[in-house]
Amino acid sequence: MERSTLNLWVGVFVLLGFFAFLMLAFKVGNLSDGGGTSTYTVISHFDNIGQLKERAPVRSSGVLVGRVKSVRFDPVHYNAEVTLAIDGRYLFPKDTSASVLTSGILGEQYVGLDAGGDDQKLKQGDEIKITQGAVVLERLISQFMFNKAQDSGSDKGNKK
Amino acid sequence: MAQNALIRGLQQVGDHALKIVERMGAVMIFLGLILVHSANSFRRFGLTIREVYFAGVQSLIIILVSGLFVGMVLGLQGYETLQNYGSEQSVGILVALSLVRELGPVVAALLFASRAGSAITAEIGLMKATEQLSAMEMMAINPIARVVAPRFWGGVISMPLLAMLFSAMGIVGGFLVAVVLIGVDAGAFWSQMQSAVDFRHDIVNGIIKSLVFGVAISAIATFEGYEAPPTAEGVSGATTRTVVSSSLAILALDLVLTAFMLKGWN
Repeated sequence: MERSTLNLWVGVFVLLGFFAFLMLAFKVGNLSDGGGTSTYTVISHFDNIGQLKERAPVRSSGVLVGRVKSVRFDPVHYNAEVTLAIDGRYLFPKDTSASVLTSGILGEQYVGLDAGGDDQKLKQGDEIKITQGAVVLERLISQFMFNKAQDSGSDKGNKK
Repeated sequence: MAQNALIRGLQQVGDHALKIVERMGAVMIFLGLILVHSANSFRRFGLTIREVYFAGVQSLIIILVSGLFVGMVLGLQGYETLQNYGSEQSVGILVALSLVRELGPVVAALLFASRAGSAITAEIGLMKATEQLSAMEMMAINPIARVVAPRFWGGVISMPLLAMLFSAMGIVGGFLVAVVLIGVDAGAFWSQMQSAVDFRHDIVNGIIKSLVFGVAISAIATFEGYEAPPTAEGVSGATTRTVVSSSLAILALDLVLTAFMLKGWN
Protein backbone atom coordinates (compact mmCIF):
# COMPACT_ATOMS: atom_id res chain seq x y z
CA MET A 1 0.00 0.00 0.00
CA GLU A 2 1.17 3.54 -0.80
CA ARG A 3 2.57 5.41 2.15
CA SER A 4 0.37 8.44 1.49
CA THR A 5 -2.93 6.51 1.29
CA LEU A 6 -1.94 4.72 4.47
CA ASN A 7 -1.33 7.99 6.24
CA LEU A 8 -4.62 9.32 4.90
CA TRP A 9 -6.59 6.41 6.32
CA VAL A 10 -4.87 6.60 9.67
CA GLY A 11 -5.60 10.32 9.70
CA VAL A 12 -9.28 9.67 9.00
CA PHE A 13 -9.30 7.01 11.75
CA VAL A 14 -7.73 9.29 14.35
CA LEU A 15 -10.06 12.12 13.39
CA LEU A 16 -13.09 9.83 13.71
CA GLY A 17 -11.88 8.74 17.13
CA PHE A 18 -11.46 12.37 18.12
CA PHE A 19 -15.00 13.19 17.00
CA ALA A 20 -16.29 10.21 18.99
CA PHE A 21 -14.49 11.58 22.03
CA LEU A 22 -16.00 15.03 21.52
CA MET A 23 -19.45 13.54 21.09
CA LEU A 24 -19.08 11.48 24.27
CA ALA A 25 -17.75 14.47 26.20
CA PHE A 26 -20.28 17.09 25.12
CA LYS A 27 -23.35 15.35 23.74
CA VAL A 28 -23.44 12.33 26.07
CA GLY A 29 -21.50 13.58 29.08
CA ASN A 30 -21.93 16.66 31.20
CA LEU A 31 -18.82 18.54 30.10
CA SER A 32 -20.99 21.11 28.30
CA ASP A 33 -23.03 22.08 31.35
CA GLY A 34 -20.36 23.21 33.70
CA GLY A 35 -18.37 20.03 34.15
CA GLY A 36 -15.29 22.17 34.34
CA THR A 37 -16.59 25.37 35.91
CA SER A 38 -15.50 26.32 39.39
CA THR A 39 -17.53 25.30 42.41
CA TYR A 40 -17.65 26.38 46.03
CA THR A 41 -18.43 24.05 48.91
CA VAL A 42 -20.81 24.62 51.80
CA ILE A 43 -21.55 22.22 54.62
CA SER A 44 -24.87 21.37 56.18
CA HIS A 45 -25.98 19.09 59.00
CA PHE A 46 -29.01 16.85 58.66
CA ASP A 47 -30.62 14.74 61.38
CA ASN A 48 -31.32 12.08 58.76
CA ILE A 49 -30.16 11.88 55.15
CA GLY A 50 -32.05 8.73 54.12
CA GLN A 51 -30.43 7.26 51.03
CA LEU A 52 -28.52 10.38 49.98
CA LYS A 53 -25.22 9.45 48.36
CA GLU A 54 -22.12 11.18 47.09
CA ARG A 55 -22.58 12.86 43.70
CA ALA A 56 -26.33 13.11 44.25
CA PRO A 57 -27.75 16.25 42.61
CA VAL A 58 -28.31 19.53 44.43
CA ARG A 59 -31.31 21.32 42.97
CA SER A 60 -32.92 24.65 43.51
CA SER A 61 -36.40 25.12 42.02
CA GLY A 62 -35.73 21.86 40.23
CA VAL A 63 -32.63 23.14 38.41
CA LEU A 64 -29.35 21.32 38.91
CA VAL A 65 -27.01 23.74 40.74
CA GLY A 66 -24.45 21.38 42.23
CA ARG A 67 -23.60 17.96 43.56
CA VAL A 68 -23.16 16.32 46.95
CA LYS A 69 -19.42 16.15 47.48
CA SER A 70 -19.22 14.02 50.59
CA VAL A 71 -21.38 12.52 53.29
CA ARG A 72 -20.00 11.65 56.71
CA PHE A 73 -21.18 11.15 60.25
CA ASP A 74 -20.36 14.06 62.56
CA PRO A 75 -19.19 12.54 65.87
CA VAL A 76 -19.61 15.87 67.70
CA HIS A 77 -23.20 16.73 66.81
CA TYR A 78 -24.28 13.10 66.25
CA ASN A 79 -25.82 13.84 62.90
CA ALA A 80 -24.92 13.65 59.21
CA GLU A 81 -22.55 16.24 57.78
CA VAL A 82 -23.09 16.74 54.06
CA THR A 83 -20.69 18.77 51.94
CA LEU A 84 -22.29 20.35 48.87
CA ALA A 85 -20.30 21.52 45.87
CA ILE A 86 -22.33 24.31 44.29
CA ASP A 87 -21.72 25.75 40.84
CA GLY A 88 -19.81 29.03 41.10
CA ARG A 89 -22.31 30.73 38.79
CA TYR A 90 -25.05 30.44 41.41
CA LEU A 91 -24.79 32.43 44.63
CA PHE A 92 -27.32 31.78 47.39
CA PRO A 93 -28.30 34.01 50.33
CA LYS A 94 -26.89 33.16 53.75
CA ASP A 95 -30.25 32.04 55.14
CA THR A 96 -30.91 29.51 52.38
CA SER A 97 -32.45 26.30 53.66
CA ALA A 98 -31.53 22.79 52.53
CA SER A 99 -33.69 19.70 52.66
CA VAL A 100 -33.28 16.10 51.55
CA LEU A 101 -35.99 15.34 49.01
CA THR A 102 -36.94 12.42 46.81
CA SER A 103 -37.64 12.70 43.10
CA GLY A 104 -40.74 10.66 42.41
CA ILE A 105 -41.93 7.98 44.81
CA LEU A 106 -39.08 5.56 44.35
CA GLY A 107 -36.62 7.95 42.72
CA GLU A 108 -33.17 9.02 43.81
CA GLN A 109 -32.72 11.41 46.70
CA TYR A 110 -31.33 14.88 46.23
CA VAL A 111 -30.72 18.04 48.20
CA GLY A 112 -33.17 20.84 47.55
CA LEU A 113 -32.13 24.44 48.24
CA ASP A 114 -34.70 27.14 48.99
CA ALA A 115 -33.25 30.63 48.78
CA GLY A 116 -33.81 33.00 51.69
CA GLY A 117 -33.83 36.79 51.76
CA ASP A 118 -30.46 37.70 53.25
CA ASP A 119 -28.23 40.29 51.51
CA GLN A 120 -25.12 38.29 52.36
CA LYS A 121 -24.29 35.40 50.06
CA LEU A 122 -22.98 31.96 51.00
CA LYS A 123 -19.22 31.69 50.60
CA GLN A 124 -16.77 28.83 50.38
CA GLY A 125 -16.83 26.83 53.65
CA ASP A 126 -20.01 28.42 55.03
CA GLU A 127 -22.68 26.37 56.70
CA ILE A 128 -26.33 26.13 55.76
CA LYS A 129 -28.03 26.44 59.15
CA ILE A 130 -31.65 25.69 58.29
CA THR A 131 -31.96 22.08 57.22
CA GLN A 132 -34.59 19.43 57.04
CA GLY A 133 -33.71 15.74 56.88
CA ALA A 134 -35.25 12.99 54.81
CA VAL A 135 -38.70 11.71 55.55
CA VAL A 136 -38.46 8.13 56.80
CA LEU A 137 -41.40 6.11 55.57
CA GLU A 138 -41.47 3.74 58.58
CA ARG A 139 -41.75 6.63 61.03
CA LEU A 140 -44.45 8.25 58.95
CA ILE A 141 -46.45 5.01 58.90
CA SER A 142 -45.97 4.32 62.60
CA GLN A 143 -47.02 7.86 63.43
CA PHE A 144 -50.11 7.45 61.29
CA MET A 145 -50.97 4.10 62.92
CA PHE A 146 -50.40 5.56 66.37
CA ASN A 147 -52.73 8.47 65.67
CA LYS A 148 -55.32 6.12 64.21
CA ALA A 149 -55.15 3.85 67.27
CA GLN A 150 -55.42 6.86 69.55
CA ASP A 151 -58.46 8.17 67.65
CA SER A 152 -60.34 4.86 67.77
CA GLY A 153 -59.40 4.48 71.46
CA SER A 154 -60.90 7.87 72.30
CA ASP A 155 -63.97 7.05 70.18
CA LYS A 156 -64.68 4.00 72.36
CA GLY A 157 -64.19 6.14 75.44
CA ASN A 158 -66.86 8.56 74.19
CA LYS A 159 -69.39 5.80 73.61
CA LYS A 160 -69.18 4.67 77.24
CA MET B 1 -2.60 -47.88 42.60
CA ALA B 2 -5.48 -45.54 43.20
CA GLN B 3 -3.21 -43.36 45.32
CA ASN B 4 -0.64 -43.20 42.55
CA ALA B 5 -3.29 -42.09 40.07
CA LEU B 6 -4.47 -39.45 42.48
CA ILE B 7 -0.96 -38.12 43.01
CA ARG B 8 -0.31 -38.08 39.30
CA GLY B 9 -3.56 -36.19 38.75
CA LEU B 10 -2.55 -33.62 41.35
CA GLN B 11 0.89 -33.32 39.79
CA GLN B 12 -0.67 -32.57 36.44
CA VAL B 13 -2.87 -29.87 37.96
CA GLY B 14 0.16 -28.35 39.69
CA ASP B 15 2.22 -28.53 36.53
CA HIS B 16 -0.53 -26.79 34.59
CA ALA B 17 -0.92 -24.06 37.18
CA LEU B 18 2.83 -23.43 37.29
CA LYS B 19 2.96 -23.20 33.49
CA ILE B 20 0.15 -20.63 33.46
CA VAL B 21 1.91 -18.49 36.08
CA GLU B 22 5.20 -18.89 34.22
CA ARG B 23 3.60 -17.70 30.98
CA MET B 24 2.05 -14.67 32.70
CA GLY B 25 5.47 -13.78 34.08
CA ALA B 26 7.02 -14.24 30.64
CA VAL B 27 4.44 -11.86 29.12
CA MET B 28 5.29 -9.24 31.74
CA ILE B 29 9.03 -9.57 31.04
CA PHE B 30 8.31 -9.34 27.31
CA LEU B 31 6.22 -6.20 27.94
CA GLY B 32 9.22 -4.72 29.78
CA LEU B 33 11.46 -5.62 26.85
CA ILE B 34 9.08 -3.93 24.41
CA LEU B 35 9.01 -0.75 26.53
CA VAL B 36 12.82 -0.69 26.67
CA HIS B 37 13.06 -1.00 22.88
CA SER B 38 10.21 1.42 22.10
CA ALA B 39 12.27 4.49 21.22
CA ASN B 40 12.53 3.39 17.60
CA SER B 41 8.77 3.15 17.08
CA PHE B 42 8.44 6.85 17.97
CA ARG B 43 11.57 8.09 16.24
CA ARG B 44 10.42 6.36 13.06
CA PHE B 45 6.76 6.99 13.61
CA GLY B 46 5.91 5.78 10.09
CA LEU B 47 6.40 2.22 11.30
CA THR B 48 3.82 2.71 14.03
CA ILE B 49 1.39 4.50 11.70
CA ARG B 50 1.53 1.48 9.41
CA GLU B 51 0.51 -0.73 12.34
CA VAL B 52 -2.25 1.66 13.39
CA TYR B 53 -3.59 1.19 9.87
CA PHE B 54 -3.51 -2.61 10.05
CA ALA B 55 -4.77 -2.89 13.62
CA GLY B 56 -7.08 0.11 13.88
CA VAL B 57 -8.37 1.20 10.49
CA GLN B 58 -9.01 -2.34 9.32
CA SER B 59 -10.99 -3.11 12.51
CA LEU B 60 -13.10 0.00 11.95
CA ILE B 61 -15.95 -1.63 10.03
CA ILE B 62 -16.51 -4.50 12.47
CA ILE B 63 -16.31 -2.13 15.46
CA LEU B 64 -18.75 0.42 14.01
CA VAL B 65 -21.29 -2.17 12.85
CA SER B 66 -21.14 -4.15 16.10
CA GLY B 67 -21.44 -0.95 18.11
CA LEU B 68 -24.53 0.06 16.17
CA PHE B 69 -26.16 -3.34 16.73
CA VAL B 70 -25.26 -3.49 20.42
CA GLY B 71 -26.68 -0.01 20.96
CA MET B 72 -29.88 -0.89 19.10
CA VAL B 73 -30.38 -4.04 21.17
CA LEU B 74 -29.76 -2.06 24.36
CA GLY B 75 -32.35 0.48 23.24
CA LEU B 76 -34.95 -2.21 22.55
CA GLN B 77 -34.34 -4.23 25.69
CA GLY B 78 -34.03 -1.16 27.90
CA TYR B 79 -37.27 0.32 26.57
CA GLU B 80 -39.08 -3.00 27.05
CA THR B 81 -38.13 -3.15 30.75
CA LEU B 82 -38.23 0.54 31.64
CA GLN B 83 -41.69 0.92 30.12
CA ASN B 84 -43.05 -1.25 32.97
CA TYR B 85 -42.00 1.45 35.40
CA GLY B 86 -43.21 4.31 33.27
CA SER B 87 -39.70 5.69 32.90
CA GLU B 88 -38.96 4.94 29.27
CA GLN B 89 -37.17 8.29 28.91
CA SER B 90 -34.39 6.82 31.05
CA VAL B 91 -33.49 4.50 28.19
CA GLY B 92 -30.89 7.10 27.19
CA ILE B 93 -29.19 6.78 30.56
CA LEU B 94 -29.24 3.01 30.34
CA VAL B 95 -27.76 2.91 26.84
CA ALA B 96 -25.12 5.57 27.49
CA LEU B 97 -23.93 4.34 30.89
CA SER B 98 -23.72 0.69 29.96
CA LEU B 99 -21.85 1.53 26.74
CA VAL B 100 -19.47 4.13 28.13
CA ARG B 101 -18.66 2.28 31.34
CA GLU B 102 -18.63 -1.37 30.29
CA LEU B 103 -19.73 -2.54 26.88
CA GLY B 104 -17.77 -0.01 24.83
CA PRO B 105 -14.33 -0.85 26.23
CA VAL B 106 -14.97 -4.57 26.81
CA VAL B 107 -16.78 -5.59 23.62
CA ALA B 108 -14.52 -3.42 21.48
CA ALA B 109 -11.51 -5.05 23.16
CA LEU B 110 -12.88 -8.56 22.60
CA LEU B 111 -13.50 -7.77 18.93
CA PHE B 112 -10.10 -6.12 18.65
CA ALA B 113 -8.40 -9.19 20.18
CA SER B 114 -10.00 -11.54 17.68
CA ARG B 115 -9.72 -9.21 14.69
CA ALA B 116 -6.32 -7.54 15.15
CA GLY B 117 -4.63 -9.49 17.95
CA SER B 118 -4.80 -12.78 16.07
CA ALA B 119 -3.49 -11.09 12.92
CA ILE B 120 -0.51 -9.65 14.82
CA THR B 121 0.31 -13.07 16.30
CA ALA B 122 0.02 -14.83 12.95
CA GLU B 123 2.18 -12.22 11.23
CA ILE B 124 4.98 -12.27 13.79
CA GLY B 125 4.76 -16.04 14.14
CA LEU B 126 5.09 -16.51 10.39
CA MET B 127 8.01 -14.07 10.26
CA LYS B 128 9.66 -16.26 12.87
CA ALA B 129 8.81 -19.50 11.08
CA THR B 130 10.28 -18.20 7.83
CA GLU B 131 13.36 -17.05 9.77
CA GLN B 132 12.92 -13.38 8.93
CA LEU B 133 13.47 -12.50 12.57
CA SER B 134 16.75 -14.45 12.70
CA ALA B 135 17.80 -12.76 9.48
CA MET B 136 17.24 -9.36 11.12
CA GLU B 137 19.34 -10.38 14.09
CA MET B 138 22.09 -11.40 11.67
CA MET B 139 22.02 -7.86 10.27
CA ALA B 140 22.25 -6.49 13.83
CA ILE B 141 18.66 -5.20 13.71
CA ASN B 142 16.80 -5.87 16.94
CA PRO B 143 13.56 -7.58 15.90
CA ILE B 144 11.79 -6.40 19.05
CA ALA B 145 12.53 -2.77 18.22
CA ARG B 146 11.86 -3.15 14.48
CA VAL B 147 8.93 -5.61 14.35
CA VAL B 148 7.36 -6.05 17.78
CA ALA B 149 7.34 -2.58 19.35
CA PRO B 150 5.60 -0.78 16.44
CA ARG B 151 2.86 -3.43 16.43
CA PHE B 152 2.49 -3.10 20.18
CA TRP B 153 2.16 0.69 20.03
CA GLY B 154 -0.13 0.48 17.01
CA GLY B 155 -2.48 -1.65 19.09
CA VAL B 156 -2.22 0.57 22.16
CA ILE B 157 -3.02 3.70 20.11
CA SER B 158 -5.90 2.09 18.22
CA MET B 159 -7.72 0.51 21.14
CA PRO B 160 -9.05 3.65 22.97
CA LEU B 161 -10.09 5.22 19.65
CA LEU B 162 -11.97 2.08 18.67
CA ALA B 163 -13.65 1.83 22.09
CA MET B 164 -14.82 5.46 21.89
CA LEU B 165 -16.12 4.91 18.36
CA PHE B 166 -17.93 1.80 19.56
CA SER B 167 -19.61 3.72 22.39
CA ALA B 168 -20.52 6.67 20.18
CA MET B 169 -21.92 4.40 17.49
CA GLY B 170 -23.85 2.41 20.10
CA ILE B 171 -25.44 5.56 21.45
CA VAL B 172 -26.45 6.53 17.92
CA GLY B 173 -27.96 3.04 17.57
CA GLY B 174 -29.83 3.41 20.85
CA PHE B 175 -31.08 6.82 19.70
CA LEU B 176 -32.29 5.38 16.38
CA VAL B 177 -34.27 2.62 18.07
CA ALA B 178 -35.60 4.51 21.08
CA VAL B 179 -36.35 7.90 19.52
CA VAL B 180 -36.78 7.38 15.80
CA LEU B 181 -38.36 3.92 15.85
CA ILE B 182 -40.27 3.75 19.15
CA GLY B 183 -40.87 7.46 19.67
CA VAL B 184 -39.32 8.31 23.04
CA ASP B 185 -38.99 12.09 23.35
CA ALA B 186 -35.64 13.15 21.92
CA GLY B 187 -35.13 16.02 24.36
CA ALA B 188 -35.68 13.82 27.40
CA PHE B 189 -33.46 11.12 25.89
CA TRP B 190 -30.46 13.44 25.60
CA SER B 191 -31.01 15.58 28.67
CA GLN B 192 -31.47 12.63 31.04
CA MET B 193 -28.35 11.08 29.51
CA GLN B 194 -26.37 14.27 30.03
CA SER B 195 -27.43 14.63 33.64
CA ALA B 196 -26.48 11.03 34.43
CA VAL B 197 -23.20 10.60 32.54
CA ASP B 198 -20.27 12.27 34.25
CA PHE B 199 -17.23 13.18 32.17
CA ARG B 200 -14.62 12.30 34.77
CA HIS B 201 -16.28 9.29 36.40
CA ASP B 202 -17.76 7.59 33.38
CA ILE B 203 -16.10 8.69 30.16
CA VAL B 204 -12.51 9.11 31.33
CA ASN B 205 -12.69 5.86 33.30
CA GLY B 206 -13.96 4.08 30.20
CA ILE B 207 -11.03 5.42 28.20
CA ILE B 208 -8.59 4.31 30.92
CA LYS B 209 -10.11 0.83 30.75
CA SER B 210 -9.73 0.61 26.98
CA LEU B 211 -6.12 1.79 27.25
CA VAL B 212 -5.33 -0.97 29.75
CA PHE B 213 -7.05 -3.53 27.52
CA GLY B 214 -5.04 -2.24 24.54
CA VAL B 215 -1.78 -2.80 26.42
CA ALA B 216 -2.87 -6.29 27.52
CA ILE B 217 -4.03 -7.42 24.07
CA SER B 218 -1.00 -6.03 22.24
CA ALA B 219 1.45 -7.51 24.76
CA ILE B 220 -0.19 -10.94 24.63
CA ALA B 221 -0.54 -10.93 20.84
CA THR B 222 3.07 -9.93 20.17
CA PHE B 223 4.36 -12.31 22.86
CA GLU B 224 2.48 -15.29 21.45
CA GLY B 225 3.73 -14.51 17.95
CA TYR B 226 7.31 -14.02 19.09
CA GLU B 227 7.34 -17.21 21.17
CA ALA B 228 5.39 -19.34 18.67
CA PRO B 229 7.02 -22.63 17.65
CA PRO B 230 8.28 -22.01 14.09
CA THR B 231 5.91 -24.46 12.42
CA ALA B 232 2.52 -24.20 10.75
CA GLU B 233 0.92 -25.92 13.76
CA GLY B 234 2.82 -23.70 16.18
CA VAL B 235 1.58 -20.51 14.53
CA SER B 236 -2.03 -21.69 14.41
CA GLY B 237 -1.85 -22.72 18.09
CA ALA B 238 -0.35 -19.35 19.02
CA THR B 239 -3.14 -17.51 17.20
CA THR B 240 -5.77 -19.46 19.12
CA ARG B 241 -3.96 -18.83 22.41
CA THR B 242 -3.84 -15.10 21.69
CA VAL B 243 -7.62 -14.88 21.33
CA VAL B 244 -8.32 -17.11 24.34
CA SER B 245 -5.86 -15.59 26.77
CA SER B 246 -6.44 -11.98 25.78
CA SER B 247 -10.22 -12.43 26.10
CA LEU B 248 -9.73 -13.88 29.58
CA ALA B 249 -7.28 -11.11 30.45
CA ILE B 250 -9.77 -8.45 29.28
CA LEU B 251 -12.60 -9.81 31.40
CA ALA B 252 -10.44 -10.34 34.49
CA LEU B 253 -8.85 -6.88 34.19
CA ASP B 254 -12.31 -5.40 33.68
CA LEU B 255 -13.48 -6.83 37.00
CA VAL B 256 -10.46 -5.41 38.84
CA LEU B 257 -10.68 -1.99 37.14
CA THR B 258 -14.44 -1.72 37.69
CA ALA B 259 -14.05 -2.58 41.38
CA PHE B 260 -11.45 0.15 41.77
CA MET B 261 -13.36 2.72 39.73
CA LEU B 262 -16.62 2.25 41.60
CA LYS B 263 -14.90 2.41 44.97
CA GLY B 264 -12.60 5.28 44.06
CA TRP B 265 -8.86 4.78 43.78
CA ASN B 266 -8.00 5.07 47.47
